[in-house]
Amino acid sequence: MHDLRLDCNTVRRILTGFIDNEVRKAGFERVIVGLSGGVDSALSAFLAAEALGPQNVCAILMPYRTSNPESVEHARLVVNTLGIHSLTVDITPMVDAYFTSFPDADHVRRGNKMARERMTILFDHSARLGGLVLGTSNKTELLLGYGTLYGDMASAINPLGDLYKTQVRQLARHVKVPTVIVEKQPSADLWAGQTDEAELGFTYEEVDRVLCLLVDQRYEVADLIAEGLDEKFVRAVYLKIQASQYKRRLPVIAKVSSRTIDRDFRYPRDWGR
Amino acid sequence: MRRFRLAVAQIAPVLGDVEKNLALHEKGVREAISQSVNLLVFPELSLTGYFLKDQVPSVALTAEAPTLDALRRLSHRVAMVVGFVEEAPGHRFHNTAAYLEGGEVRHIHRKVYLPTYGIFDEQRYLAAGGRIRAFDTALGRMAILICEDLWHPATAGIAAWDGAELILCPSASPGRGLGQTEPFQNTGTWERVIRAYGDLFTCFVVYANRVGYEDGACFWGGSEVVGPTGASLAKARYLEEDLLVVDVDAGALRRARVANPLLRDERLDLNLRELQRVIRAQGGTPELAGDGPGG
Repeated sequence: MHDLRLDCNTVRRILTGFIDNEVRKAGFERVIVGLSGGVDSALSAFLAAEALGPQNVCAILMPYRTSNPESVEHARLVVNTLGIHSLTVDITPMVDAYFTSFPDADHVRRGNKMARERMTILFDHSARLGGLVLGTSNKTELLLGYGTLYGDMASAINPLGDLYKTQVRQLARHVKVPTVIVEKQPSADLWAGQTDEAELGFTYEEVDRVLCLLVDQRYEVADLIAEGLDEKFVRAVYLKIQASQYKRRLPVIAKVSSRTIDRDFRYPRDWGR
Repeated sequence: MRRFRLAVAQIAPVLGDVEKNLALHEKGVREAISQSVNLLVFPELSLTGYFLKDQVPSVALTAEAPTLDALRRLSHRVAMVVGFVEEAPGHRFHNTAAYLEGGEVRHIHRKVYLPTYGIFDEQRYLAAGGRIRAFDTALGRMAILICEDLWHPATAGIAAWDGAELILCPSASPGRGLGQTEPFQNTGTWERVIRAYGDLFTCFVVYANRVGYEDGACFWGGSEVVGPTGASLAKARYLEEDLLVVDVDAGALRRARVANPLLRDERLDLNLRELQRVIRAQGGTPELAGDGPGG
């Protein structure tokens, strides 16, 4: 009824070809990637190093004072394994400076601020080094809206956006991302002890199965319930996809002219490339 | 038909840049000439790229445009099929493939099935062609069907019943769905389709797909020439540029049609009557309009 297995050799070729093609078409040779220590950014970095050569990948590690020390360790492991350039920027001073004015901010606001702080650093280094910011969001989190708009969701090109989390793990194993990174509990590491699956309330295996059926195989919610899947779970997943649609689109523009951006002014992103 | 050497130029056109693509074509043509190729088939919209969207009117050409002069001249040395956005009378834009031979455009085919679903949006920008015709060339009788045209089996049937010995299919197929043995799920569909058509319509099928990426979509290549028994005669690499060269043998066509006289036994009048009945039953009219002069 669903199949999330990848032909890893082929997908690896397609994704490295994609990185090489999109980076060069845009007139660049290198990419900037924020390494969190997790499997998504590790896989993005591995694919970019293969596509462009390790000398053309610059990793930026951006810990906050409460980040799990293991995260930086794992990010360094990726840097050393690949032999890519790296740079560490501690985001604690700027994040804390901001929240001195808003000491009551909850952990969601603080987490979003951290993600957006990291984004500004990545894009600043994109300008400094002349490289594109490489995305690390996978299809599961993009569909669930489990990411910070204009934060970790921001990038110039994203090789992972059409792979579910469980597929990211398969491909990561295939390209030999260190096992310790592939097998650890996924976490946004925005506060101590946070894990994705505890926060979401289900495992990636469970949700990827439902997402694949709803999105890729075009089952209706009613079809899945009739097939015996848990109704509450399926409806919750569907609502998450629907509620986060705005995160996957440009801001909505009030139409007044005869030709409005992205409505009836439609050019490919690769226009002139 | 006679025995001749056929090639497919599996290229990666540059999106929206006719000039760069002309250079790419001339390079491919010269390589084909050096290998004594008689007919070179380029992919769909080979002179413009595929996901053009609002660029369609900006890159459009007429079939007589001077832009095509260099290729017309080269067609004295090698016949070729090239794809472009054609601006037809009335400022209708078509997804067109032209057969160039002996310094002239001998035939044009305007894509009749414009996919407008999933990743595709062709009917938003393009007008549909209204004709499927086999045509005679110095090498044999052929028909051109562009990409989606071939996913409607009647088009291939009409081409074969109209006498085509070769069906030439320029294509720009973006990969969709992860495959287990081929790059994508739709790769497998294409391979089954062209081999079945070769077999059932006892003709050569030339599938000319492109490679490269546009807006993240990956064109998977894997161009293929299928013989009149459905056997794959040659297959280009997946995902990489390639020049696929293969000799096609008129004897193979004759032998296939002797062994399997399916075309001889085709009952066109019966097909037509039944189609008219189906159309009437669906509330339509059997007098289907074409797309005007030259369509």
